[in-house]
Amino acid sequence: MTAVGRNARRREGPEKLCGVAHYVDDTPLPGCLHGATLRTTIPRGRIVRIAFDPAFPWQECVIARAEDIAGLNRVALIEADQPLLVEREVRHAAEPILLVAHPSRARALAALEHVQVEYEEEQPVLDPEKSEVVFKRFDVARGDVARGLSEADVIVEGTFRLPHQEHAYIETNGAAAFWEADGSLVVIGSLQCPYYVQKALKGIFGLTERQVRVIQAATGGGFGGKEEYPNMICAHAALLARKAGRPVKVVYDRQEDMLATTKRHPAVIRHRTGVARDGRLVAQDIDVLMDGGAYVTLSPVVLSRGTLHATGPYACPNVRIQSRVVATNTPPNGAFRGFGAPQTLFAAELQMDRVAAALGVDPLELRRRNVLGPGATLAVGQVLRESVGAAKALEACVKRSRYAARRRACSAWNRRAGAPSWRGVGLSIAHHGAGFTGSGEVYLASRAAVSLTRHGEVRVLAASTEFGQGTTTMFAQIAAASLGLPVELVSVATPDTSQVPNSGPTVASRTTMIVGRLVRQAALDLKAALVEAAGAVPATRAGLLAAARALCEGEPERRFEARYEKPEGVAWDDATYTGDAYEAYSYAAMAVELEIDRTTYEVRVRHATVAADIGTVIHPLFAEGQVIGGVVQGLGYALLESAVYEGGAMKNPRLTDYVIPTSLDTPRIDVVFVPAPYSRGPFGAKGVGELPMDVPGPAVAAAVHHALGVFIPELPITPERIAAALHGAA
Amino acid sequence: MRLALTVNGQRRSIACPPMKRLIDVLREDLGLTGTKEGCGEGECGACTVLLDGAAVNACLIPVGQVGGGRVETVESLGRPGRLAPLQEAFLENGAAQCGICTPGMLMAAAAYVRAGGRASDAAIRTALAGNLCRCTGYAHIVRAVARAARSRRVRPPR
Repeated sequence: MTAVGRNARRREGPEKLCGVAHYVDDTPLPGCLHGATLRTTIPRGRIVRIAFDPAFPWQECVIARAEDIAGLNRVALIEADQPLLVEREVRHAAEPILLVAHPSRARALAALEHVQVEYEEEQPVLDPEKSEVVFKRFDVARGDVARGLSEADVIVEGTFRLPHQEHAYIETNGAAAFWEADGSLVVIGSLQCPYYVQKALKGIFGLTERQVRVIQAATGGGFGGKEEYPNMICAHAALLARKAGRPVKVVYDRQEDMLATTKRHPAVIRHRTGVARDGRLVAQDIDVLMDGGAYVTLSPVVLSRGTLHATGPYACPNVRIQSRVVATNTPPNGAFRGFGAPQTLFAAELQMDRVAAALGVDPLELRRRNVLGPGATLAVGQVLRESVGAAKALEACVKRSRYAARRRACSAWNRRAGAPSWRGVGLSIAHHGAGFTGSGEVYLASRAAVSLTRHGEVRVLAASTEFGQGTTTMFAQIAAASLGLPVELVSVATPDTSQVPNSGPTVASRTTMIVGRLVRQAALDLKAALVEAAGAVPATRAGLLAAARALCEGEPERRFEARYEKPEGVAWDDATYTGDAYEAYSYAAMAVELEIDRTTYEVRVRHATVAADIGTVIHPLFAEGQVIGGVVQGLGYALLESAVYEGGAMKNPRLTDYVIPTSLDTPRIDVVFVPAPYSRGPFGAKGVGELPMDVPGPAVAAAVHHALGVFIPELPITPERIAAALHGAA
Repeated sequence: MRLALTVNGQRRSIACPPMKRLIDVLREDLGLTGTKEGCGEGECGACTVLLDGAAVNACLIPVGQVGGGRVETVESLGRPGRLAPLQEAFLENGAAQCGICTPGMLMAAAAYVRAGGRASDAAIRTALAGNLCRCTGYAHIVRAVARAARSRRVRPPR
């Protein structure tokens, strides 16, 4: 029986369930010190003086400052603009200035209270609409948007506002570091991208690749929040460890994590949409503004993905998208599940509901009229050749949720005299590109390997990290199914840069489709070698051991490595920003039913249905877990999560005041998979991680409109916003 | 000060300041790192342990208050090679993803199941409302606890 399509046991599950999996803070490191970070408290200005309280016993502490950095004081990412430790210029109110280590974590934190920093303050730029510093812009044009608008029967305009969102992984960012006697560095971190960390550390310490070993600890959630920030915290731990000559752990408490680490980019998005009387889209004129925060980090690529999803999953002959991401004096925003697409898709989808209202048609009918199908051309010129399950997902969602009947029932409820609530049903669809955007995968040139050890063990070697999604189990399934082995005979190596090849970062819904494909190729190469050596793939441990003797020829292992190659017919042009933006897209449709208390305006989500085309489903239980988990994170974004900023800093950096969904805020969620397999995905699989984050925001806002008759084009839709929408500005 | 505690069935004598948090005593003094800290202010429930059978947040409890008490942590349930039925239900139903909320979630669930909690979706959701999970969206956790509630077993058979 093939290992794919079955619910294999979670590989690392038993260790996690017994409390013996080692997360960073659990990792035993004898003699280790604990690091703490002194941060800026003003959004913009210059450091004039740093004074250490002479009464404090500083000899107990190790202090690391910018002058201790051997290489470049920059955390390398797309641009090398962000300092590891601020020297003079301050660009946001949570920048690291210096580091203190002490055997006691409490004492290290207490020491920070004894350092005085004097500033010369400057006027900060906190409103992205007033920023003049543009990190990146994109212009997309298809057809003639002016003519399209002039020929339209109806033109609808709308402005949409999206807030910061905090990842709120339950394990905060953390890292441990120590130096070997030979001058090489070992870092153990809660992280998504071991090779990103290696690259950043090389530059900061002036080391070679072989001198930097990065190991992923068990990681308690990521969602993009451990894509780039680990570069910073791992380097801080390493800098302190070098100075101390001992291992150092830096683990943030919740407040520091929320204040200093990245968030989802806030956005302001404007749509001008032209439609024909029959509902055909004839023009989409879209303007996207994102707030990048103080440093570039990943903003250009977040903006790119946002831009490429800005039309929604629709075909329109005349499109103009103008997008930009700008600097503000706030902590940098970065990767967060969906990576710019949840913002632009919120606007695109709610705009469809506004258009439907203007035309007087049901939002479902308008979507049916325009949804992407095979052969459709996207705004950047990509022709969708295969694996386009958007319409299938829409229809499956409508059927399972009994959309039409529930719409009628809610409308009837709302007409009842004395009903205690308003009820509504909303719908949304999304497409989500799998893998890096544009030429990204070509530049990454990712590698993954499958080896047969001389002990007869089949091992998958990849840098893709496990942080809950099921990466490890899924790789074992793909390798086992490719070899025709039971999944129990395949092991998966821990991501450790000294052991595994660079498979690229664990982001962008790329692990199953892109890296999974490499694992499959490598496994097929091993299979061919086994067939040649033994006539067939031995299906037992004893048989594999015998084959290993022949194949390994005295070496510890025989390794087969696959490297990413651009599939034939896939082309992207960076210069013109046109072509195949992604190899393939996954699709989801969501229907949500909610009710709003007529007295308190509290919103309760009664039920949600999601239908998704993610290609072939490798592990149905984990895929469902990704969809439900992503939808709930999206419901939090839609209804609850509010990061309040004052003076450029988050004012509510606590889980008490930044509220994420609990088990009681979460409805029953039905998930239906409608696979449209992708011919080049491993066994036909595409991506799943980010897709479910795209649909809840617009579906909720559409349901609120159905319930109240007013559009609230801004998240989160809190009782206060509902009150303002019903009674005018509060 | 020195105080006596029963932790996972073993009597322990601990010398530490009375205001030290129970979570730190468990993790630092006793090496029981299965109990996790997620927020340090009783919001997330990752540090949930049982104190005299009741689910509590170990980050909010000064150890001086629990002298003579009976503490149970995730390490009391099962071992990787011999999971408790509650853990097995979590594993089979996809209730653990990243795993960081899992120990606390298991202890809250253990208290619920042991108290005779029913396999009711609403009742389980209420019992787990103090434990945040950012990965699963709770559905698979609720299903796992319902499964365990039906079989009424938390610990492995002796």
